[in-house]
Amino acid sequence: MLLSNLPALQVIIPLVSAPLCMLLRNPRHAWACALFTSWLVLGMAVMLAQRVYTAGTLSYAIGAWATPWGIEYRVDMAGALMVLVIAIIGALVMPYAWHSIQEELHKKQTGLFYTCYLLCLTGLLGIVVTGDAFNLFVFLEISSLSSYVLISLGSKRRALTAAYQYLVMGTIGATFILISIGLLYMITGTLNMADLAQRLPDVADTRTIRVAFAFMTVGVSIKLALFPLHIWLPNAYTFAPSVVTAFMAATATKVGVYVLLRFFFTVFGFHFSFVAMHVGEILMLLAVAAILVASLVAVFQDNVKRMLAYSSVAQIGYIILGISLASAAGVSAGMLHLFNHALIKCALFLAIGSIYLRLGSVEIHNMHGLARQMPWTMAAFVAGGLSLIGIPLTAGFISKWYLVSAALTAGYWPLAVLVLVSSLLALIYIWRVVEAAYFHVPAADMHRVREAPASMLIPAWLLIGANIYIGIDAGLIINIAQQGAAVLVGQMP
Amino acid sequence: MEYLIDIVLLGLLMITGFAIVRMRSLLAVAMLTSIYSLLSASLFVVLDAVDVALTEAAIGAGISTILLLAAVALTTDEEQAPRHTPLLPLIVVITTGAALIYGTVDMPHYGDPASPVHRHVAATYLHDTPGEIGVPNVVTSVLASYRGYDTLGEVTVIFTAGAGVLALLGYRTRRRNSRGPGNRKLVVLRVIAKLFFPLILLFALYIQFHGDYGPGGGFQAGVIFATGFILYALAFGLGNAQRVIPHRMLHIMMAVGVLIYASVGIESMLLGGKFLEYRVLAEDPVTGQHLGIMLIELGVGITVAAVMLIIYYGFVSQQRSGDM
Amino acid sequence: MSELLGHYNYWIVIVLMMTGFYTVIARPNLIKKIIGLFIFQTSVFILFISMAKIEGGTAPIIEAGISVYSNPLPHVLILTAIVVSLATTALGLALVVRIRQAYGTIDEDDIQVQDEED
Repeated sequence: MLLSNLPALQVIIPLVSAPLCMLLRNPRHAWACALFTSWLVLGMAVMLAQRVYTAGTLSYAIGAWATPWGIEYRVDMAGALMVLVIAIIGALVMPYAWHSIQEELHKKQTGLFYTCYLLCLTGLLGIVVTGDAFNLFVFLEISSLSSYVLISLGSKRRALTAAYQYLVMGTIGATFILISIGLLYMITGTLNMADLAQRLPDVADTRTIRVAFAFMTVGVSIKLALFPLHIWLPNAYTFAPSVVTAFMAATATKVGVYVLLRFFFTVFGFHFSFVAMHVGEILMLLAVAAILVASLVAVFQDNVKRMLAYSSVAQIGYIILGISLASAAGVSAGMLHLFNHALIKCALFLAIGSIYLRLGSVEIHNMHGLARQMPWTMAAFVAGGLSLIGIPLTAGFISKWYLVSAALTAGYWPLAVLVLVSSLLALIYIWRVVEAAYFHVPAADMHRVREAPASMLIPAWLLIGANIYIGIDAGLIINIAQQGAAVLVGQMP
Repeated sequence: MEYLIDIVLLGLLMITGFAIVRMRSLLAVAMLTSIYSLLSASLFVVLDAVDVALTEAAIGAGISTILLLAAVALTTDEEQAPRHTPLLPLIVVITTGAALIYGTVDMPHYGDPASPVHRHVAATYLHDTPGEIGVPNVVTSVLASYRGYDTLGEVTVIFTAGAGVLALLGYRTRRRNSRGPGNRKLVVLRVIAKLFFPLILLFALYIQFHGDYGPGGGFQAGVIFATGFILYALAFGLGNAQRVIPHRMLHIMMAVGVLIYASVGIESMLLGGKFLEYRVLAEDPVTGQHLGIMLIELGVGITVAAVMLIIYYGFVSQQRSGDM
Repeated sequence: MSELLGHYNYWIVIVLMMTGFYTVIARPNLIKKIIGLFIFQTSVFILFISMAKIEGGTAPIIEAGISVYSNPLPHVLILTAIVVSLATTALGLALVVRIRQAYGTIDEDDIQVQDEED
């Protein structure tokens, strides 16, 4: 029963544990419930990915109604990769959360925090396994609404305005997506993605479908924080609780990329998206702008969380750059970087969260001499930073390598130069933190700062370990990314 | 004739919309929003969407207005004059509007029976519902059975909103013996509230269970149920309302509703079917459908009622001098 | 002319949508923005429901003697969307109330000034 219903259980288990978590009054129990669920989700994700890897795309008809009359869960390799990303990050972030949340949130809010976290997890998982366009919208809203709440729980009052800004922009994006789904339905009469893919080529030449495509692109771009619609991201990441930033930086925007891929390749089709609508060129332009502008702005930030937030906008630029190349190599490079960046950014934000726990601040000028007091945390930060820059033997190097080679294959050699330049910029802003922590004279009261607790160090180091492992032997993950890309661009000439 | 009503309603909607943009008194804007919602509900009736009209009236004109009024009461009534020229927003809006109008050119004509939406999936729903599911209201059959999973997502959205408002606003329990606001002023309201309260609850139960045969269902019923209690709270004060339905009970109800819904699905999995496959719930597939639909609508109604009340409590308990 | 008659409904709804959209992005008052979102979303619902209508049809409740029914699927979608819209409104307004408690104002420009001073 478990195996045959696995795609549904993947989403149902966290969905059911959210109200259960709310019924538990004790914050410790709520945390335990969230922890247990996250690990269960990881177990199922691994099983699911394994099945898809060996048996191909999985299809599950909810309610046993034949598609397209019922809602279908359809997991292919790209979706399985996303499930893995979300599950791994969730499972690692939960043990970390115990200390971090106690410090950053009011006591009364901790139980509800875990409830909203489980809802966010449900929403994200629901987006990546579904084969129905409207179902995607519903779960997108579940994950978005819970993220607004999670962000607003930050300790400073600016968390509230950041959450509000994200709410307004996110809802506009979601409404655009809804308009797009409505227009698609109006012309084809169906909501199932595979069915849409079949029916769209006949009607693709209508103005309505073109407008639907445009609205979908803009709506999803808001969600994935593509330049210039990224405005909500720096504030949201900076003022949210550390756990929330780490989780969202690694999952929410990546799921946005997945939605983009799903609609561009599976629903609208390669030919319509990239040849008729020229979305590849537009995305490439925006990605380049994202990479340059965001990396540059990051260099000048004093608040490390904000610096890493702008760095995330740049990294999303890399992912979109790979996709905009419109080749199997480009898409697989993009997906590879999606996976690696999730690991890198999560580790970095976890390290920063530990620093915030012990130091009470994440400003660079408060971090002088920190390395002596928190050696493990800073070492994790350095390792993550090296991966972000793209030093060999790290995961970041692998994905940048594949990205550059995909760009060169497509004939865009200036992009290779761009990647190099932005890596140098990353070096600068990482160095600023490293220099302050290792090479500056510590402040008078720095000696009172202790190292972070083990429950916060271990998840960060597990991610770093995964990073280095992939840097040395990336075979499996490259294989998965390439398979995922192959399924997506399957209709390519 | 229908077209005439259609045009009048759309015209009124436009006037209300423009007024909302221009007016600076937020209290007036809140009421205009309520009118906008009610006009939309009327338009939905003209467009033959009766379930949607009921929901829009209950949720849009009902609950949203209450929340807006509470928010305005807790903040400020006057909107400050905008300090920036609205040039960029105007450009964005005009571009978006133009794109949409460009998109409408190829659309099927309004009311056209040959358009793609009326064939394919929808035609099958209309054709198969009497035989497979056995309820006359096709909207309920699609909502609760064919696309029942979306409705589970919807209940989860409501649950998220409840959890979110709880996390943001919390609640403060009023003192138990609080008599509420000045007694003489509210005599009429209290008499009427006492008369209407049981009728509202009865109506809510009717909507809940009659949703198979006419417009209605869990969402509308839950909202109307909550409205009864909100009316009571308005007339007798929050303290007394919290004695009738304490916070803890609402917490539990909120979670239980979602769990009822999900457990129907899990039960069908345990009985060998797929998630939310109602057919396996009983000997006869159609009975199974009826049973499944009834249970999930119950879960929906419970969660929606609880969440609406929790949100109301959350907003209103923020008042320092309570008389809302 | 038939173009006009066939599409006037959609065009008016688009005007409504843009009114809401404009309110969201142009007005600095936080509550007005939420109201703008609400108007925007409600108008999208009207667009969806307009496409479900069949001329000469009636509400999709099966009854003997009636053969033409309105399309039930957009109704279902919009029921869900209305609920989502309510959830967004409730959360948005809760945030506004908290912002007012923290900042003393709900005007976007004033809040920005206060944030820069922080």
